[in-house]
Amino acid sequence: MTIATLDHDTLLKALQRVLADKDIARPDEIAERIRITDAGTPAQGARMVAKAWCDPAFRTLMLADGASAAALLDIPMRGAPPLGVLENTADLHHLVVCTLCSCYPRAVLGYPPFWFKSAAYRARAVRDPLGLLTEFGTTLPASTALRVVDSTADYRWMVLPLRPHGTENWSEAELASLVHAGDMIGVTIPTVA
Amino acid sequence: MSLAPGTSVRVKADWPELRGRCHIRTPHYVRGETGTILRHLGDFPNPEDLAFARPAAATPLYHVRFDQPSLWGEGAPGDDIVIELFAHWLEPL
Repeated sequence: MTIATLDHDTLLKALQRVLADKDIARPDEIAERIRITDAGTPAQGARMVAKAWCDPAFRTLMLADGASAAALLDIPMRGAPPLGVLENTADLHHLVVCTLCSCYPRAVLGYPPFWFKSAAYRARAVRDPLGLLTEFGTTLPASTALRVVDSTADYRWMVLPLRPHGTENWSEAELASLVHAGDMIGVTIPTVA
Repeated sequence: MSLAPGTSVRVKADWPELRGRCHIRTPHYVRGETGTILRHLGDFPNPEDLAFARPAAATPLYHVRFDQPSLWGEGAPGDDIVIELFAHWLEPL
Protein backbone atom coordinates (compact mmCIF):
# COMPACT_ATOMS: atom_id res chain seq x y z
CA MET A 1 0.00 0.00 0.00
CA THR A 2 1.28 3.51 -0.86
CA ILE A 3 0.14 6.83 0.50
CA ALA A 4 -1.73 7.52 -2.76
CA THR A 5 -4.05 4.56 -2.24
CA LEU A 6 -5.00 5.42 1.35
CA ASP A 7 -8.43 6.93 1.79
CA HIS A 8 -8.73 10.50 3.09
CA ASP A 9 -10.02 9.57 6.53
CA THR A 10 -7.06 7.26 7.17
CA LEU A 11 -4.61 9.92 6.00
CA LEU A 12 -6.30 12.59 8.11
CA LYS A 13 -6.24 10.40 11.23
CA ALA A 14 -2.55 9.61 10.66
CA LEU A 15 -1.74 13.29 10.21
CA GLN A 16 -3.62 14.22 13.38
CA ARG A 17 -1.73 11.52 15.29
CA VAL A 18 1.64 12.78 14.02
CA LEU A 19 0.74 16.40 14.90
CA ALA A 20 -0.26 15.30 18.41
CA ASP A 21 2.82 13.07 18.86
CA LYS A 22 5.10 15.94 17.87
CA ASP A 23 3.18 18.31 20.19
CA ILE A 24 2.28 20.62 17.26
CA ALA A 25 -1.53 20.47 17.56
CA ARG A 26 -3.73 18.49 19.91
CA PRO A 27 -7.02 16.96 18.70
CA ASP A 28 -9.00 19.36 20.92
CA GLU A 29 -7.16 22.33 19.40
CA ILE A 30 -8.02 21.09 15.91
CA ALA A 31 -11.66 20.58 16.94
CA GLU A 32 -11.72 24.13 18.35
CA ARG A 33 -10.33 25.52 15.08
CA ILE A 34 -12.97 23.62 13.08
CA ARG A 35 -15.67 25.05 15.38
CA ILE A 36 -14.37 28.59 14.84
CA THR A 37 -14.18 28.11 11.07
CA ASP A 38 -17.73 26.75 10.92
CA ALA A 39 -18.98 29.71 13.01
CA GLY A 40 -17.86 32.19 10.34
CA THR A 41 -20.77 33.06 8.02
CA PRO A 42 -22.08 36.28 6.41
CA ALA A 43 -24.86 36.21 9.03
CA GLN A 44 -22.24 37.12 11.66
CA GLY A 45 -21.11 40.19 9.74
CA ALA A 46 -24.75 41.10 9.13
CA ARG A 47 -25.42 41.02 12.90
CA MET A 48 -22.53 43.45 13.40
CA VAL A 49 -23.83 45.78 10.68
CA ALA A 50 -27.38 45.77 12.05
CA LYS A 51 -26.16 46.48 15.58
CA ALA A 52 -23.94 49.30 14.32
CA TRP A 53 -26.98 50.86 12.62
CA CYS A 54 -28.93 50.79 15.91
CA ASP A 55 -26.27 51.35 18.58
CA PRO A 56 -23.92 54.37 18.19
CA ALA A 57 -21.50 53.15 20.88
CA PHE A 58 -21.16 49.78 19.14
CA ARG A 59 -20.66 51.56 15.82
CA THR A 60 -17.82 53.63 17.29
CA LEU A 61 -16.14 50.50 18.69
CA MET A 62 -16.62 48.58 15.43
CA LEU A 63 -14.96 51.34 13.38
CA ALA A 64 -12.05 51.57 15.83
CA ASP A 65 -11.51 47.85 16.44
CA GLY A 66 -13.62 45.41 14.41
CA ALA A 67 -12.32 42.32 16.22
CA SER A 68 -13.35 43.65 19.64
CA ALA A 69 -16.79 44.53 18.29
CA ALA A 70 -17.17 41.03 16.82
CA ALA A 71 -16.06 39.43 20.10
CA LEU A 72 -18.71 41.50 21.91
CA LEU A 73 -21.32 39.63 19.81
CA ASP A 74 -19.72 36.29 20.75
CA ILE A 75 -18.20 35.80 17.32
CA PRO A 76 -15.04 33.69 17.86
CA MET A 77 -12.04 35.90 16.98
CA ARG A 78 -9.19 34.08 18.74
CA GLY A 79 -6.26 33.79 16.34
CA ALA A 80 -8.03 35.87 13.70
CA PRO A 81 -6.14 38.73 12.02
CA PRO A 82 -7.08 42.34 12.92
CA LEU A 83 -10.46 43.30 11.44
CA GLY A 84 -10.73 46.72 9.83
CA VAL A 85 -14.19 48.16 9.20
CA LEU A 86 -14.70 50.59 6.33
CA GLU A 87 -17.61 52.98 6.85
CA ASN A 88 -19.64 53.82 3.76
CA THR A 89 -21.07 57.34 3.79
CA ALA A 90 -23.06 59.44 1.34
CA ASP A 91 -19.68 60.76 0.10
CA LEU A 92 -17.56 57.60 0.03
CA HIS A 93 -18.23 53.97 -0.99
CA HIS A 94 -15.72 51.18 -0.30
CA LEU A 95 -14.98 48.11 -2.42
CA VAL A 96 -12.71 45.36 -1.03
CA VAL A 97 -10.45 43.13 -3.10
CA CYS A 98 -7.33 41.05 -2.51
CA THR A 99 -5.30 41.32 -5.72
CA LEU A 100 -2.47 39.15 -4.40
CA CYS A 101 -4.44 36.11 -3.27
CA SER A 102 -7.65 35.65 -1.31
CA CYS A 103 -7.49 37.55 2.00
CA TYR A 104 -11.03 37.71 3.35
CA PRO A 105 -12.51 38.35 6.83
CA ARG A 106 -13.55 34.73 7.31
CA ALA A 107 -14.29 35.02 11.01
CA VAL A 108 -17.18 37.36 10.26
CA LEU A 109 -18.06 36.57 6.61
CA GLY A 110 -17.19 32.88 6.24
CA TYR A 111 -15.85 31.49 2.97
CA PRO A 112 -15.59 34.06 0.17
CA PRO A 113 -17.99 33.94 -2.79
CA PHE A 114 -16.53 31.94 -5.69
CA TRP A 115 -15.81 35.04 -7.76
CA PHE A 116 -13.84 36.83 -5.02
CA LYS A 117 -10.71 34.77 -5.78
CA SER A 118 -11.12 34.87 -9.58
CA ALA A 119 -8.42 36.61 -11.61
CA ALA A 120 -11.13 38.66 -13.34
CA TYR A 121 -12.55 40.11 -10.11
CA ARG A 122 -9.11 40.82 -8.67
CA ALA A 123 -7.88 42.59 -11.81
CA ARG A 124 -11.04 44.54 -12.56
CA ALA A 125 -11.72 45.69 -9.00
CA VAL A 126 -8.57 47.83 -9.09
CA ARG A 127 -8.57 48.73 -12.79
CA ASP A 128 -12.25 49.28 -13.57
CA PRO A 129 -14.15 49.33 -10.28
CA LEU A 130 -17.05 51.43 -11.58
CA GLY A 131 -17.58 49.03 -14.50
CA LEU A 132 -17.44 46.09 -12.11
CA LEU A 133 -20.04 47.67 -9.80
CA THR A 134 -22.32 48.26 -12.78
CA GLU A 135 -22.17 44.55 -13.61
CA PHE A 136 -23.21 43.77 -10.03
CA GLY A 137 -26.19 46.09 -10.57
CA THR A 138 -24.78 48.76 -8.27
CA THR A 139 -24.96 52.40 -9.27
CA LEU A 140 -23.48 55.06 -7.00
CA PRO A 141 -24.70 58.66 -6.92
CA ALA A 142 -22.41 60.95 -8.93
CA SER A 143 -21.47 62.73 -5.70
CA THR A 144 -20.16 59.51 -4.06
CA ALA A 145 -16.44 58.81 -4.47
CA LEU A 146 -15.28 55.20 -4.79
CA ARG A 147 -12.43 53.85 -2.69
CA VAL A 148 -10.99 50.43 -3.58
CA VAL A 149 -9.27 48.73 -0.63
CA ASP A 150 -6.69 46.18 -1.75
CA SER A 151 -6.23 43.73 1.14
CA THR A 152 -2.53 42.99 0.77
CA ALA A 153 -1.21 42.26 4.25
CA ASP A 154 -2.17 41.63 7.87
CA TYR A 155 -5.63 43.23 8.15
CA ARG A 156 -8.91 41.80 6.95
CA TRP A 157 -11.48 44.33 5.78
CA MET A 158 -15.26 44.47 5.83
CA VAL A 159 -17.58 47.27 4.71
CA LEU A 160 -20.17 48.86 6.99
CA PRO A 161 -22.86 49.74 4.42
CA LEU A 162 -25.31 52.64 4.61
CA ARG A 163 -28.60 51.83 6.31
CA PRO A 164 -31.33 51.81 3.64
CA HIS A 165 -34.11 54.38 3.77
CA GLY A 166 -37.46 53.09 4.94
CA THR A 167 -36.04 50.90 7.74
CA GLU A 168 -36.42 53.41 10.58
CA ASN A 169 -38.62 51.18 12.76
CA TRP A 170 -37.00 47.85 11.92
CA SER A 171 -35.59 45.56 14.61
CA GLU A 172 -31.93 44.53 14.59
CA ALA A 173 -32.88 41.03 13.42
CA GLU A 174 -34.95 42.43 10.55
CA LEU A 175 -32.12 44.75 9.57
CA ALA A 176 -29.59 41.90 9.68
CA SER A 177 -31.73 39.93 7.22
CA LEU A 178 -31.19 42.72 4.65
CA VAL A 179 -27.39 42.47 4.74
CA HIS A 180 -25.58 40.01 2.46
CA ALA A 181 -21.92 39.13 1.87
CA GLY A 182 -21.70 41.36 -1.23
CA ASP A 183 -22.83 44.38 0.80
CA MET A 184 -19.93 43.83 3.21
CA ILE A 185 -17.45 43.45 0.30
CA GLY A 186 -18.91 46.54 -1.34
CA VAL A 187 -20.05 45.08 -4.67
CA THR A 188 -23.69 45.61 -3.71
CA ILE A 189 -25.66 47.78 -1.31
CA PRO A 190 -28.47 46.63 1.00
CA THR A 191 -31.89 47.49 -0.36
CA VAL A 192 -35.46 47.11 0.86
CA ALA A 193 -37.38 44.84 -1.49
CA MET B 1 10.82 55.16 11.25
CA SER B 2 7.32 56.51 11.48
CA LEU B 3 5.46 58.19 8.66
CA ALA B 4 2.79 60.70 9.63
CA PRO B 5 -0.62 60.73 7.93
CA GLY B 6 -0.50 62.99 4.89
CA THR B 7 3.15 62.22 4.08
CA SER B 8 3.79 61.75 0.36
CA VAL B 9 5.63 58.52 -0.37
CA ARG B 10 7.01 56.80 -3.43
CA VAL B 11 6.77 53.01 -3.60
CA LYS B 12 10.13 51.53 -4.54
CA ALA B 13 10.33 50.47 -8.17
CA ASP B 14 11.90 47.19 -7.11
CA TRP B 15 11.23 43.81 -8.70
CA PRO B 16 12.69 41.14 -6.36
CA GLU B 17 10.85 38.44 -8.29
CA LEU B 18 13.40 39.01 -11.08
CA ARG B 19 16.25 38.12 -8.70
CA GLY B 20 15.00 34.77 -7.45
CA ARG B 21 12.52 33.19 -5.09
CA CYS B 22 10.65 35.68 -2.97
CA HIS B 23 7.37 36.43 -1.23
CA ILE B 24 6.23 40.05 -1.40
CA ARG B 25 3.01 41.88 -0.55
CA THR B 26 3.51 44.94 -2.76
CA PRO B 27 1.31 44.72 -5.85
CA HIS B 28 3.12 45.42 -9.14
CA TYR B 29 0.69 48.18 -10.12
CA VAL B 30 1.88 50.57 -7.40
CA ARG B 31 5.63 50.04 -7.68
CA GLY B 32 7.29 53.33 -8.61
CA GLU B 33 4.03 55.20 -7.97
CA THR B 34 3.40 58.06 -5.56
CA GLY B 35 0.81 57.86 -2.78
CA THR B 36 -0.12 59.41 0.55
CA ILE B 37 0.04 57.87 4.03
CA LEU B 38 -3.46 57.51 5.49
CA ARG B 39 -2.42 55.91 8.78
CA HIS B 40 -0.07 53.51 10.55
CA LEU B 41 -1.93 50.19 10.98
CA GLY B 42 0.52 48.64 13.43
CA ASP B 43 3.75 46.63 13.25
CA PHE B 44 3.66 43.10 11.86
CA PRO B 45 6.32 40.44 11.19
CA ASN B 46 7.84 41.03 7.77
CA PRO B 47 6.05 38.49 5.53
CA GLU B 48 9.04 38.43 3.15
CA ASP B 49 10.97 36.57 5.87
CA LEU B 50 8.02 34.84 7.51
CA ALA B 51 7.23 33.02 4.26
CA PHE B 52 10.64 31.34 4.35
CA ALA B 53 10.57 30.59 8.11
CA ARG B 54 13.33 33.14 8.71
CA PRO B 55 13.32 35.41 11.79
CA ALA B 56 10.86 38.17 10.83
CA ALA B 57 11.28 41.64 12.33
CA ALA B 58 8.19 43.61 13.39
CA THR B 59 7.76 46.06 10.51
CA PRO B 60 5.51 49.14 10.35
CA LEU B 61 2.50 48.64 8.10
CA TYR B 62 0.76 51.63 6.56
CA HIS B 63 -2.49 52.27 4.75
CA VAL B 64 -1.42 54.21 1.67
CA ARG B 65 -3.78 56.06 -0.67
CA PHE B 66 -3.27 56.27 -4.43
CA ASP B 67 -5.25 58.41 -6.84
CA GLN B 68 -7.18 56.11 -9.18
CA PRO B 69 -6.89 58.19 -12.40
CA SER B 70 -3.14 58.75 -11.84
CA LEU B 71 -2.50 55.02 -11.50
CA TRP B 72 -4.38 53.90 -14.55
CA GLY B 73 -4.87 56.95 -16.76
CA GLU B 74 -8.61 56.38 -16.46
CA GLY B 75 -11.29 56.33 -13.79
CA ALA B 76 -13.27 59.07 -12.10
CA PRO B 77 -11.49 62.04 -10.46
CA GLY B 78 -11.64 61.68 -6.67
CA ASP B 79 -11.73 57.88 -6.75
CA ASP B 80 -8.80 56.18 -5.06
CA ILE B 81 -7.17 52.88 -4.08
CA VAL B 82 -5.95 52.19 -0.56
CA ILE B 83 -3.32 49.49 0.03
CA GLU B 84 -1.49 48.03 3.03
CA LEU B 85 2.24 48.54 2.43
CA PHE B 86 5.26 47.81 4.62
CA ALA B 87 7.67 50.59 5.58
CA HIS B 88 10.69 49.24 3.72
CA TRP B 89 8.87 49.68 0.40
CA LEU B 90 8.15 53.38 1.02
CA GLU B 91 10.40 56.37 0.35
CA PRO B 92 9.17 59.66 1.88
CA LEU B 93 9.17 62.51 -0.65
